[in-house]
Amino acid sequence: MDLSSIYNEIVMEHSSNSPYKKNIGKDAVCAMGHNPNCGDEIKIEAVVENGIIKDLGFSGHGCAISQSSTSIMIETLLGKKVSQAKKIINVFIKMIKRESLTDKEKLLLKNAAIFENVSNMPSRAKCATLSWHTLDDLLEKLEK
Amino acid sequence: MKNYKKDFPLLSGKEIVYLDSAATSQKPSCVISAMQKYYEQDNANPYRGVYALSQLATQKYNSARSVAADFIGAKDDEIVFTKNSTESFNLIAYTYGLASLKKGDEIVLSIMEHHSNLVPWQMVAQKSGATLKYMYLDKNLQLPSSEIDKIGSKTKIVAITAMSNVLGSVVNVKKIVARAHKVGAVVVCDATQIVAHREFNVKKLDADFACFSAHKMYGPLGIGVLYGKKQLLDNMPPFMFGGDMIEYVGEQSASFASLPNKYEAGTQNVAAAVGLESAIKYINDTGFDKIVEHESRLYSYALQELQKLPFVELYIPKGECMGVISFNIKGVHAHDVSSILDSKNICIRSGNHCAQPLLKSMGLDSTCRISFGLYNNKSDIDKLVSALKLAYKMFAKYLGKGE
Repeated sequence: MDLSSIYNEIVMEHSSNSPYKKNIGKDAVCAMGHNPNCGDEIKIEAVVENGIIKDLGFSGHGCAISQSSTSIMIETLLGKKVSQAKKIINVFIKMIKRESLTDKEKLLLKNAAIFENVSNMPSRAKCATLSWHTLDDLLEKLEK
Repeated sequence: MKNYKKDFPLLSGKEIVYLDSAATSQKPSCVISAMQKYYEQDNANPYRGVYALSQLATQKYNSARSVAADFIGAKDDEIVFTKNSTESFNLIAYTYGLASLKKGDEIVLSIMEHHSNLVPWQMVAQKSGATLKYMYLDKNLQLPSSEIDKIGSKTKIVAITAMSNVLGSVVNVKKIVARAHKVGAVVVCDATQIVAHREFNVKKLDADFACFSAHKMYGPLGIGVLYGKKQLLDNMPPFMFGGDMIEYVGEQSASFASLPNKYEAGTQNVAAAVGLESAIKYINDTGFDKIVEHESRLYSYALQELQKLPFVELYIPKGECMGVISFNIKGVHAHDVSSILDSKNICIRSGNHCAQPLLKSMGLDSTCRISFGLYNNKSDIDKLVSALKLAYKMFAKYLGKGE
C-alpha cells in the first residue's frame, strides 16, 4: 500500500488544520456520528435555507482519514442544493464501496475523489464515510 | 534469543511482523498437522458409533479433555469444551448467573474486563435485578485493596481477569478469590490471555470458574475451555439442549447427561480439540520456564525501546506485567498508526480492544497495542520502532496546527 496515496498533503492539511472545524451555533441543526470501534466522534452542523446548504461546520475527534474526509466533504458540498448534495454523498459512498463510477460522477466528487484509495483499505472505509453518512441522515431528517 | 519463528509456517512463509497475538496467536506446524491427521485418519462422530472409527474419535476427544484439564490443574469432569471464552462466560451467566442471582445481590467486576466477561453480567443484572459494581484502577493502573473491598456481603459473583488484554497487568487472583470466598461469592476468572504466557492453576487459585480460548494459546480457532468446580457444574441447569447432552428423551421432557456431556450438546469440534491438545503439548514441551524467560526479555526490550521515543505515550501499570503493551503516538490517532505500520507489514491492533469501559476510565478513545507470542524477537521490536518513527515523522509537521 502506498501511504502517500492516502496520507498526502491535502489529507494531512484538512485533518490538522481544517477551516471548517468550527461551531456554527444556534442557527444550525446538528447530527452526531460515531464509530464505536475506535472512538471517532463527529458532530456536523448545517444551516439549510430554501433547499441550499448555506453553512457547514464540524467538531469532534478522530483519525486523520475521518477528520480530513469530513473537512473535504464540507468543502465539496458547501453552497450546493440539498438534492445535489445527496447525489454527491451517494457517489462518494459508491466509490468507497468500490462500485464503478461514471466520468460525470467522478467530476462531481472534486477533491473528495482523493479518498478513492481508501476503497482498497476495507478496515478504514468507515473512517472515510462516517461524516458523509451522518450528513446524509441529517439532510434526510430536514426534508421531513 | 531462541528462534521459535521457524515452528510457525505463516511466519516463516511471509515477511511479516506479527504483534497481535492477544487477538489471536499463530499456530505451530504440529498443531496444523495434528488437525489434518485427524481429518485424514481419525474422523468420525464421537460417542455415538459402536464401530472402531467412532471409538477412535471418542478417544481423541477424551484425550484432549484430559490434557486440557491437566494443563490448568483440573479434573476431566470439570472441563467443558465450548466454542471460545465468550461462549464459556455466557454459559456461566445464563445457567449459574440467572439461577443464583436476585434483586439486591451484587456482581463485582474489575473495570479491566474484556467485554466477554462483562456484557453477559450486564444481561444477568438486568434480568435478575442484581446490581453491577466495578473495581476501578488507581493512578498506577493497579487494583488497590480499597477497590477489592467492594466485594462485600451482597456480592454473589466476582468477574476478574488473570491478565489484562490491554495493559498486560497480571492480577492477584488468589487475593480476590480469598476475599470473594470470605463473603460467600464465586469467582469467574478470565484466563484467556494468561494461559499462553505462564502457568495457570485453578486449584492453586481456588477459582470457581475459569475460561480460556485455544486460539490465543497457539491452538485452533473454534474451541474454548470452561472450567468449573464439579459441585457448581452439577447443580447448574443445562445451557444448550439437543443431542448428546441427554439421557432419556420422551415426547414432553428429557433427562440430562452427567458432566461434562451435559454442557456439550451436538457434535463437538473434535478436530479443534485435537489441535488444542497439540498446542498444549507444544507449550509443555517448550516449558513455561523458557516461555517466561523469552517473553520477559522481549517485554523489557520493547519497553526500553518505546520509552526512548518522546512522542510515544505508554500505559504501563506498576507491578507485574507481561505480554501486552498499549500506547499512543501523541497527536496521531491509533488507526492512522496502525495503517502506517501495516504498510510496513507490521501487525498491531488499534481501537478499544473489547474493553471500552477500561479505556473510558483512562480517558482514552483508543490505543495502539502490541502483544507477543513465542515467535517474536528483538528484530520485530526494532522494525516496530522504525515504523513508529516514520508514522510520527509523517504527522509531525502537521501537529500543533489548528486546534
